[in-house]
Amino acid sequence: MSAGVLALDGVKIVEFGGYAAGPHIGKMLANFGATVVHVESMSRPDGFRMQYPPYKDGKPGINSGGCFTYFNDSKYGVTVDLKNAEGLRLAKQLAGWGDIVIENMRPGVIDRLGLGYETLRQSNPDLIMLSTCNMGQTGPRADTPGFGSQLSALAGACGLTGEKDGPPMLLYGPYIDYIASTLGAAAVLAALERRQRTGKGAYLDISQYECGLLFLAGPLLEYNRSGKIAERVANDDPDAAPHGAYACRGEGWIALSCWSNEEFARLCGAIGRSDLTKDPNLTTLAGRKSAASLIQDALCGWARDRDAHEAARLLQSQRVRAHAVNSIADLFADSQLVSRRLWRRRRHPILGDQAYCFPAFDLSDTPGDITAAGPVLGADNERVYRDFLGLSEDEFIAMRNHGAMD
Amino acid sequence: MLDCTGRLGWLAGRLLADLGADVTRFEADGADVSSAEWHALNVNKRLVRADLSVPGGRRMLEQLVATADILIATPNPGAADAGLFNYQRLCAINPRLIVVAITPFGLTGPKADWLASDIEIMAASGAMSLAGEPDGAPLRVSAPQSYAWAGGQAAVGALTALAARWRTGRGQLVDVSAQAAVITALSHAPTFVDISGITPTRAGAYMTGRSVTGANYRVFWPCRDGFINFILYGGAAGRRTNEQLVAWMRERGVELGPLAVIDWARFDPTRASQVEVDAMEVPIGRFIGSLTKREFLEGAHQREMLGYPVSNTADIATDPQLEARGFWQDVLGPDGRTERHCGAFVVVDGARPSLVRPSDDPGRAPQKVRGA
Repeated sequence: MSAGVLALDGVKIVEFGGYAAGPHIGKMLANFGATVVHVESMSRPDGFRMQYPPYKDGKPGINSGGCFTYFNDSKYGVTVDLKNAEGLRLAKQLAGWGDIVIENMRPGVIDRLGLGYETLRQSNPDLIMLSTCNMGQTGPRADTPGFGSQLSALAGACGLTGEKDGPPMLLYGPYIDYIASTLGAAAVLAALERRQRTGKGAYLDISQYECGLLFLAGPLLEYNRSGKIAERVANDDPDAAPHGAYACRGEGWIALSCWSNEEFARLCGAIGRSDLTKDPNLTTLAGRKSAASLIQDALCGWARDRDAHEAARLLQSQRVRAHAVNSIADLFADSQLVSRRLWRRRRHPILGDQAYCFPAFDLSDTPGDITAAGPVLGADNERVYRDFLGLSEDEFIAMRNHGAMD
Repeated sequence: MLDCTGRLGWLAGRLLADLGADVTRFEADGADVSSAEWHALNVNKRLVRADLSVPGGRRMLEQLVATADILIATPNPGAADAGLFNYQRLCAINPRLIVVAITPFGLTGPKADWLASDIEIMAASGAMSLAGEPDGAPLRVSAPQSYAWAGGQAAVGALTALAARWRTGRGQLVDVSAQAAVITALSHAPTFVDISGITPTRAGAYMTGRSVTGANYRVFWPCRDGFINFILYGGAAGRRTNEQLVAWMRERGVELGPLAVIDWARFDPTRASQVEVDAMEVPIGRFIGSLTKREFLEGAHQREMLGYPVSNTADIATDPQLEARGFWQDVLGPDGRTERHCGAFVVVDGARPSLVRPSDDPGRAPQKVRGA
């Protein structure tokens, strides 16, 4: 979809699946030039299309959902009915065209559909296939269905979020899905590297649960070493004081932390409380932790009438770690994110201009891009089936008339 | 691969090592490498003690750079090591080298020199604005997460550049922003601002953003020994879950209240009002409150329901699913005893890649004690 030279130009990816965990892998790779075909059916479109707001003008519609488009930019969208014999033939042809197949159905479903790895590699021997699901393809609970919003709880992240004596907290959405999709993208690229060197394909079994645990590898090793169970402690950190969020003017908050006596001295100077540095009790981490309420009062008093963003600028000018707690709206005005073009607007036929999120890295010589808005359902059937797979016009029409693209 | 990172970049090298890269990890003489965090994220790497800020250390690094494929660093904003890991300088030594720079805000932009640890990165990314009670302070996760998000994106960036090198024959600079990396975790929250002009906010133990009516759904329910994560979903999986929950409640003789008359085939959580949601949640709360975490996990699995208990590290360490998949890997620790680590995150061709190297052993040959 792009005229420029991109890192993954020529890499062809086919996605069977929906929601976040599978499609977000393809989105990241599409942003660096991979040709990605997102497969749905008319009767079973991607669940993100209809089950998750927001919608254009608040009206749910198959092509008016911003959640679906947000995770499927820069891709081609096709429909195929996998329950239709001709549709299955078309799907197999598509999988044969791809270098990489990504699926996130429940274990066994893709095999029962006739699109499992062992089947596909018969005609595409160096195929790389990635399956991602909650528990992985094996194990006593392999067949557990699930969404990432809940799996994040099983994997420990929710239990470690919240006040010490309060309930656990959600990190908004299917937090763990994006861990697994990020790590899944790394796995796909590593398999591609191996294929370049050896000519061998690969089958990659991703358990979203296990991926999430890598983000808590330290606390898990600590438990295995000592039996110590990690607990939620609001914003505290064992190695820093102060370390927290402080209310500012209006709805604003500022997060800041000090990791050494020098940093604490700079903070005290910046807020006009150098007197605190003369208190011998505050010259050690332990002392500052035991005097937490004294420091809290000083910081709250200083922050209360200040704009959070201005306060952060002032503290940073004194080399103190600080940042305003950005609201989600703030992210679109954040000077750093604007400067780095994190948000890139692309036009969608129903939604109009939508801001798409670029990955968190870029490459100096082959930079990526958001090349197109997310596709409407079946938008690219003709392009993909005719141009990519080489169907003649008659074959394409016959397939369509047989219901293969329903 | 050369890993010259601070805490912000540890996971990046670990992920690449688990995928088969030969990773050499640098630590200054005398740097403390005893913590569980250090070991967990630096296992499977070769440790070299060297002070890269002195001429000798710098020369050694340059010699290794000449034949390396990837160097990962976390240059401190505004500090001398930004020069040490300068891409142009390293590229002159080895044009095929891929340099991955992980910083809190990225190498360019007005905040490129800003200092940040995990809590400031979580704040800058918007993640804290979404966690906590609505009338309370915004919260971070109690175990640092932004470093891991940055590490994950860095691994993808390094491998994307490696793929490009097959075509171009040249390395390049990969510039990773931890702030942007955490935005990945926010799911579709930004689309509400962009499309509907609504700013999602923290909702405590509830989930927002599911309903066009603005209704919030309870996510965390107290149970006998902790909490359960259960959400009233729609779609095929939600319908099955809701039907099974009601059947389970009937078996236990729990009063169903309004749940008794709901047609789950027609229930649409995107359109339910707050009053309707609240009424449904009363009997569900009573039922879940009567279960233990393990009872819910096993019962939900048998009934193919959505929902999981809120696990702590002890629950995770004893989960039979992880044991059955060989997730845990035992490797020799610094005192000669075995340490149980998270294994590689992916199973390749039916086998999980083994951790082949202990985390702080520069002298010994690579060794593996036992893949669990």
